[in-house]
Amino acid sequence: MAMRRGRGVAAINYPTGMNLGGDPTQALVHSTPTGNFMVSLSSVDLGQGMKQIMAQICAETIGVPTDRVVVDTADTDTGPHCMGTFASRGTHRAGNAVLQAAREARQVMLEVAAEALEVDAADLETDGEGNIQVKGAPQRSISIFDTALTAHFKQGRSISGRGMFLVPRSYPEKETGAMKPATCYAHACTVVEVEVDDETGEVTVLSVKNVYEVGRALNAKMVEQQLVGGSWMGISHALYETTEPYYPARDHAPADFNAYAMPGPGDIAETETIVLERPAQDGPYGAKGVGEMCANPQIPAVANAIFDAVGVRVDRLPITPERVLRALREKEGGGAAA
Amino acid sequence: MELRKQYFADERNDDFKEIGQPRLRSDALGHVTGKTSFFADRTPVGMLHLKMVRSPHHHARIRRIDTSEAEILPGVVKILTAEDVPHNVYTILTLIQIGPEDEPVLAAEKVRWRGEAVAAVLAESERAAYEAVRKVVVDYEVLPEVLDMEAALQTDAPLVNEYHGQNWYRYDSGQCRKVRYGDVEAGFRQAEQILEAVYASSPIEHAPTETTGCIVVPEANDRFTCYTNTQAMFFTLDNCSIILEMPGQKLHMVGGTVGGGFGGKVDVIVEPIAILGAKLTGRPVSFVYSRREEMQISSTRAAEKIVIKDGVMNDGRIVARQVAAYTDAGAYSRHSPYGAQKAAAHFPGPYTIPNVSVDSYCVYTNRTPSSAMRGFGVTIGDFALEVQMDKLARLIGMDPLEFRFLNAYRDGDIKAHRQPTEGAALIECMQEASRSADWPVAERFLQMSSRKREG
Repeated sequence: MAMRRGRGVAAINYPTGMNLGGDPTQALVHSTPTGNFMVSLSSVDLGQGMKQIMAQICAETIGVPTDRVVVDTADTDTGPHCMGTFASRGTHRAGNAVLQAAREARQVMLEVAAEALEVDAADLETDGEGNIQVKGAPQRSISIFDTALTAHFKQGRSISGRGMFLVPRSYPEKETGAMKPATCYAHACTVVEVEVDDETGEVTVLSVKNVYEVGRALNAKMVEQQLVGGSWMGISHALYETTEPYYPARDHAPADFNAYAMPGPGDIAETETIVLERPAQDGPYGAKGVGEMCANPQIPAVANAIFDAVGVRVDRLPITPERVLRALREKEGGGAAA
Repeated sequence: MELRKQYFADERNDDFKEIGQPRLRSDALGHVTGKTSFFADRTPVGMLHLKMVRSPHHHARIRRIDTSEAEILPGVVKILTAEDVPHNVYTILTLIQIGPEDEPVLAAEKVRWRGEAVAAVLAESERAAYEAVRKVVVDYEVLPEVLDMEAALQTDAPLVNEYHGQNWYRYDSGQCRKVRYGDVEAGFRQAEQILEAVYASSPIEHAPTETTGCIVVPEANDRFTCYTNTQAMFFTLDNCSIILEMPGQKLHMVGGTVGGGFGGKVDVIVEPIAILGAKLTGRPVSFVYSRREEMQISSTRAAEKIVIKDGVMNDGRIVARQVAAYTDAGAYSRHSPYGAQKAAAHFPGPYTIPNVSVDSYCVYTNRTPSSAMRGFGVTIGDFALEVQMDKLARLIGMDPLEFRFLNAYRDGDIKAHRQPTEGAALIECMQEASRSADWPVAERFLQMSSRKREG
């Protein structure tokens, strides 16, 4: 009886969005009189930080600091249509809609500034800090604050834009299954190291190294929180979770977080996260959807590491100590199968 | 987190001021100081609480529902049953023309899973509502149940859902969504080794911090404001409009601050009945799942069974892959037919294989309905695929990582569902994993590129 170590690898890809019903999201952007920008959406922030990402996309596109952008979302009276936040689509679909709306608003903003400065709009640029200036002659400039005031009170214009992103519906071909169900794909490769107690069947995840290709990390800290949280969820799916541990017997059905098996703080492995970026042609600033895929590669990597450690396969999730132990007994020629 | 910029450096523009910056998210301080307001952080005057009478049986005919004893309890305002719901039988994906309507808001003739909603009690307090739930008498005739996908697919299995007519979802392609590419049987004949294995999973709960719920306020202008933690505002509005036979302009959904979704809040379950309660009583209504309901009543990730048969050459090339995937929808469709279809498009994974056959089934049983959950249609498939890849590598005596390099898809490769590969980066992820995890592979694999094939 011993503690045995093993290592496993898995590599995956994951589609952004799911357009078998058509996949639209719309956005509106407008300036307030003081040169702040409002983004109106009906997309939902699930806690992953979507509002912040939409603000950064709008800010980059218009050419203002992110704190000059306010996102108003998830109200069906004020927000234009969005299919919803699922299928790793939020950043990509809503982000594209915001990008398009912000481009249109920026164009109007530059036209207003051009009239105020008596130059051609094509000769103007933003400095990213709240000013519009003539390319090559930054001393000829106007603040975005003054540009907004001018639009509202002198020129009678609305600095605003409309954005729409639609992936048209794909109908799978009946016999071949030819279809276009998604847009760009994100990728990952994970290496997991485990220790298996061959007396109890308990598996301890010692380390997780995740390499994720995300298209573009729009906010490095926020993508990190999503990737690390996803990785923990993957470990949890691999080793712990189910609502029906002895199905079809329902006597052990967990009804709360005390009884539902999940890793606690002491069970969280050392997690390393490495990000590659291959910008998506159709993504906002190259971003792909990574919300779902980051929880997937850990599950098979853990299973493969267990095999590497003790030479048994458990092909049924979750890989509980009981199942590992039964598989070990079966391998030794006694006891029941897993 | 480390960003490795040497990969695809020529495809990346770094000339940004806001994009890529690790800005503090605007709601972070509110979340960590407890100041963020969630839907439940409001108590409109006169608010009623909704609690459900639920089926104790997996499968039973409802002979009679007697609410008379419950109705006279103090604090009980109204009890709703199926006949109160204008368009009782619905399905969420009807909005994208995926039918048939197969699920009642409140069970009428039958219950099809243990926990199914039968009657909704509206009361002045949660306690009064729970007490009334216990006093509702439902006379059931228990029917034989089927709790297992294989049993459900037998011809003599009890019929789970009459709206489907059989225990599987009928796609336009028949009993399953099919993908056919190349000639998988010819591939097996060509193969030097064959490996077939069966993988399975159990239902998993989304386990969000904040349970599913909503608060509905009837407004003076005859509209209804629904404060909800749904993941999809208009999806919810449109389904409520259908179920309640209420014009969309009467409905106002407000949401957007959610304590975790993971796919569990894409179903439209709590809002229609809460809005109906508000309409019929003229009072605000709160319907929030208890933790128990979240764990045992809300949809789960489906139990899946995946059978993979592969043909491989001793030099490492996979020449045929056949997959039969089964998604246990439980008693109702919800998002499962779509998940099973997503699975069909995902196989054979990120590998270029010349001969592929996929059959993806959505099966009905008397289990708790499953539905959307982070990665559904793919997550369990990836478990099966990547364990299978490990077994194949060992079968032919190759390093598992090198075996994946050999078969990895590249730009321009045609996938089984007949889409060209674009923006591939599997190879580079594996190269970086090899380097950072100190998992050595032959130099030729480190020289590979997703953008073109060698030679």
